[in-house]
Amino acid sequence: MISELFKRVEFYLDARQNKEIFIYPGLNLGAEHSNVHTQAEATVFGFWVFLMSDAIIFGMAFATYATLLQGTAGSPGPRELYHLGPIFIETLLLLTSSFTFGMASIAMKYKHPTSHLVGWLLVTLVLGVIFLGMELDDFRTMFAAGGLPTQSGFLSGFFGLVPLHGLHVTAGCIWLVCMLGQIAVHGLDSETKLGLLRLALFWHFLDIVWIFIFSVVYLGGLA
Amino acid sequence: MSWSTTLNHPLGLLDADSFPFLAMLGSDDSDIFINGLLGSFAAALVVISVMVVVALLTRYRAWRTLWFDWLTSADHKKIGIMYVVLALVMLVRAIAEAVLMRAQGAVGLDGGFLSSDHFAQLFSTHGTIMIFFMAMPFLTGLINYVVPLQIGARDVAFPILNSISLWLTVAGAALVMTSLVVGVFSTGGWFGYPPYTGTLYNPGVGVDYWIWSLTLASLGSTLTGINIAVTIYKKRAPGMKLYYMPLFTWTALCTAIMMIFAMPPLTVVTLQLALDRYLDFHFFTNGLGGNQMNFLNMFWLFGHPEVYILILPAFGVYSEIFSTFSGKVLFGYKSLVWATMSIAFLSFLVWLHHFFTMGQSGHINAVFGIASMLIGIPTGVKIYDWMWTMLRGRVRFSVPMIYSLAFIFLFVIGGITGIMLANPILDYQVHNTVFLVAHFHNMAVPGVLFGMLAGYTFWFPKAFGFRLDERWGRISAYCWIFGWMGAFFPLYILGLMGLPRRSVAYEQASYVPLEIVAFVGALLVAAALMALVIQLWVSIKHREENRVFVGDPWDGRSLEWATSAPPPEYNFPVVPSINDRDAFTAAKEFGVGYQEPDTYVNIEIPQNSAMGPVFGGTSFLLAFGLVWQIWWLVILTGLVTIGTLVVRGFQRDTLKIIPAETVCRAHRHWIQAARSAQPIKRSQEHTAANKGRAALETVEVST
Ligand code: HEM
Ligand SMILES: [Cu+2]
Repeated sequence: MISELFKRVEFYLDARQNKEIFIYPGLNLGAEHSNVHTQAEATVFGFWVFLMSDAIIFGMAFATYATLLQGTAGSPGPRELYHLGPIFIETLLLLTSSFTFGMASIAMKYKHPTSHLVGWLLVTLVLGVIFLGMELDDFRTMFAAGGLPTQSGFLSGFFGLVPLHGLHVTAGCIWLVCMLGQIAVHGLDSETKLGLLRLALFWHFLDIVWIFIFSVVYLGGLA
Repeated sequence: MSWSTTLNHPLGLLDADSFPFLAMLGSDDSDIFINGLLGSFAAALVVISVMVVVALLTRYRAWRTLWFDWLTSADHKKIGIMYVVLALVMLVRAIAEAVLMRAQGAVGLDGGFLSSDHFAQLFSTHGTIMIFFMAMPFLTGLINYVVPLQIGARDVAFPILNSISLWLTVAGAALVMTSLVVGVFSTGGWFGYPPYTGTLYNPGVGVDYWIWSLTLASLGSTLTGINIAVTIYKKRAPGMKLYYMPLFTWTALCTAIMMIFAMPPLTVVTLQLALDRYLDFHFFTNGLGGNQMNFLNMFWLFGHPEVYILILPAFGVYSEIFSTFSGKVLFGYKSLVWATMSIAFLSFLVWLHHFFTMGQSGHINAVFGIASMLIGIPTGVKIYDWMWTMLRGRVRFSVPMIYSLAFIFLFVIGGITGIMLANPILDYQVHNTVFLVAHFHNMAVPGVLFGMLAGYTFWFPKAFGFRLDERWGRISAYCWIFGWMGAFFPLYILGLMGLPRRSVAYEQASYVPLEIVAFVGALLVAAALMALVIQLWVSIKHREENRVFVGDPWDGRSLEWATSAPPPEYNFPVVPSINDRDAFTAAKEFGVGYQEPDTYVNIEIPQNSAMGPVFGGTSFLLAFGLVWQIWWLVILTGLVTIGTLVVRGFQRDTLKIIPAETVCRAHRHWIQAARSAQPIKRSQEHTAANKGRAALETVEVST
């Protein structure tokens, strides 16, 4: 059992060292260019680093929110403004969209017909758009209940954090539409695949950020 | 002006009064007139310089060359050069402002000639420019130029992203320059603390100029950081282990990682301030639950790492120079690497020392004070390593070495005053005095700027194929050194005497003599800058005698010297294989420095792209629209910016191929030149005999 594990690790390390047999995990790039794989490694690694930087941005927005939590200045606070019902549905929508994007990635990796890939991407897009619609509706209800960012530090912190995530999801949706366009124009060439791979990372990343928003902002605010 | 009125106005807040020049004419107050005159003079300089450049480009029909060979280039070397050009241009403005401030200081007893608002704009733009548009572009430029060559790569990991970063930085710098002609700049200093920078106290456009220029710069630097880090991780030539990398590359790596982590807090904090100002949020307001300490904490969470982002590449340059100009391997290579990494790590844990006096408990101050002092340890290690590198070496006192030696002496003084400031008890005494100004200029000038200038002198022949004039270089270096000492040693004493920083005037007659000394020092600094310009002029004039096409004028040690000067677009005809530190020295010792490979292959390099300049142009207009609240412009340029990104995503075949025959011809030509060039000894380094081929003189003794 253990020795089996060691063997695998060894194989993996070997494979990493001899780039020829190392193929980027989760991706099925054509063999037309020998350096496509090394370039793919740099591209995807670069995107991971970008996400790390983006995570700091969210971290700062979270920290701001946490320190301003008490600063309601007499205007409505979490209890008056947060409604767990729609938030819970939004969470489910986003989690499901991560799953459907995962299915899209699998369709790409195992060379299922492109229609499958496109189908899963479309489902993901629809889920993302519904999420955004519901989120906007949340903000509308908050506004109606006197929860405007101009009211207090607390509300500034909230509107500096949650819509930031929403903006990211919007960007993700636009990017998704562009990727569908690229599939239509160029088919599944390596660049399209790399684009999809990065978009997938982005999408899952936003999912994780949302989990934090759900737990820290909403559950934490109502606890 | 309220939202609805600006919405209806096609030019937003912009009107005739926005031009300081016109405002000056309309006023009959003599004070406003003098300050207006100075401002208008500066604005006129900007406008005239732009016009002259445009005229010259047209006269020499250089627009095409400029666009196709430079602005749209994705070549890391050209991008690097453009960064350095930007840095030098901005340096001129910032030094001019510094001299003006020191002139005001010299006559500032009970008055002087500058209004306090004008003075505040001067130190705010000076600080902002020096940090974001002089030092950052300078080091980014050097890294861009040198690192891919040092690691044996053909380019950075993301060439077009590189061009975008450049143009975002240029857009930010252009915004600061625009504020000289249209409107005013912030008076809130380089760190723009709220609530002073909130709309309540600062309703005008000044702070908005500051916010958007910083936002552009910080985005550019984040992307640069990602690019450099990935380049160093993924693009090294075969065999180049991390521990084989030259020290400049190591410092570039640490700086890049710090950019990735430290720039986001700045982006966040400027955008939050923008939300406060534009949409009446309450992040940092006094009332309604805002908390201005958040600004301080996040700003310095960026700001302290930032000072190490600035200094580490300079440390890298010094390491290369001490070793090259002593003709010895770098002493304590691994300890230098570890010291660099420790500094990078520690620098994230000390931000609070920028506001010891803001009322947190003594225990917290103590923790941050001790953490700050700890940084002295790895820095000390470095100083000793450099000194031991020189020990028993054949030290050549060329211009880069003069800067480096001055750095060692002066930097130690700055380090000691830094340790003094890290002690909260002492800090309470000198906080916010010019003692602090002297301390950080002690790091910023002999530390950062000297390093950049040394690097500029060191690598210039590599980039342009001819050496810089040595005599004018020395004149400039000595003027910088003594000018700096004259300008800032008095400030240590003035600070202890109690002169607050950012004072436009003072009432203590005892300050006057030292203020005058500081002014004379500043004049010497101005002379240093002049000498630098003259040096460039003279060197260009005599470039034919000083050609070093073979590419190794200083008996260099790392790979950037192993190719022609200037290097071909693809850097190396054949990607080298590395099996030691100081790869080029080893190759020269084994007599395999200039060899022909068995075969040549086609080389793929990125095509030019208009993406960078277009992106820079639109983001400049976007920021300008935001400053003046010209909403249609904001929306339009925002859409164009997104549009360019989308279009770029659809592009394919962004590479161009250089055929093997071309590579072969160029390489053979170079090898031919190298073999026929006379190898010269170090004593002839500065003579016309130096064609870039070094004679083998020293045999390495292992240390
Ligand atoms: C040798 C040339 C230089 C001279 C003569 C000079 C002079 C000055 C002066 C007179 C001030 C205002 C001090 C005050 O508040 O009373 C100042 C501020 C400042 N300088 Fe310099 N400086 C020089 C180079 C630099 C460099 C190279 C950097 C950075 C890399 C730099 C960064 C700053 C910063 C950040 C401030 C603070 C601005 C603020 O108060 O917000 N300076 N300098
Ligand atoms: Cu600090």
